[in-house]
Amino acid sequence: MSELIVAILLLTGAGFMILASVGILRLPDLPTRMHASTKAGAMGAMMTMAGVAVHFADVVVFARAFAIVIFILITAPIAAHVIGRAGYFLGTPLWEGTVKDELKDNYDEKTHKLHSGFEPAPESVIPPPHKKRGEDDEL
Amino acid sequence: MLNVVINIVYFMLSVALLFAFIRLTKGPSLPDRVVSLELIASIVVGYVGVHAIDTGVSSLLDVAIVIALTAFLTAVGFARFLERGGRKSE
Repeated sequence: MSELIVAILLLTGAGFMILASVGILRLPDLPTRMHASTKAGAMGAMMTMAGVAVHFADVVVFARAFAIVIFILITAPIAAHVIGRAGYFLGTPLWEGTVKDELKDNYDEKTHKLHSGFEPAPESVIPPPHKKRGEDDEL
Repeated sequence: MLNVVINIVYFMLSVALLFAFIRLTKGPSLPDRVVSLELIASIVVGYVGVHAIDTGVSSLLDVAIVIALTAFLTAVGFARFLERGGRKSE
């Protein structure tokens, strides 16, 4: 019984790995490739570790496999974020079918400043003329 | 039954490794190569897990931990190198 579970877990994990590598081979630009490789790759490694934990059925092995899974869960998003950020700042070209690039208008490459797009125009920053006391007392 | 499954899984992981390696050699920019290196490391973690089941040596899991750790550190190091102004092309 446990052999069957281990076989299913291993096959599913290897299937996710193949999906990740097909994605990294076929997809057109850096963010989409990263999207394929980080999530599916981490899922495949986690499934394989679950298979290892079920196969050995030992507390020590289970703790190690669990530690690996937790570690992958923590580090995979951080690594993906850091590489994606570096790739964007390097000016890696996006796919021509990209629908939305929100950083493009709001990010200043020279000063590394990010605008929200909701900043008021500079003239409205000037404070309105001082009202005399008593004019807005009807509140 | 598990022996057959393990052989199949070895084959599937090898195919995945081959695809990732093709992207590693082809990749138009350096971040692409780094992403593919990360995927290769995670495939190797899977390899080590399957090999631990195959041989029955559970200490091999420590190797998997170390590989996962070095892959993460490599990714962060490469990203910092790129942001500090590495080579723009290649």
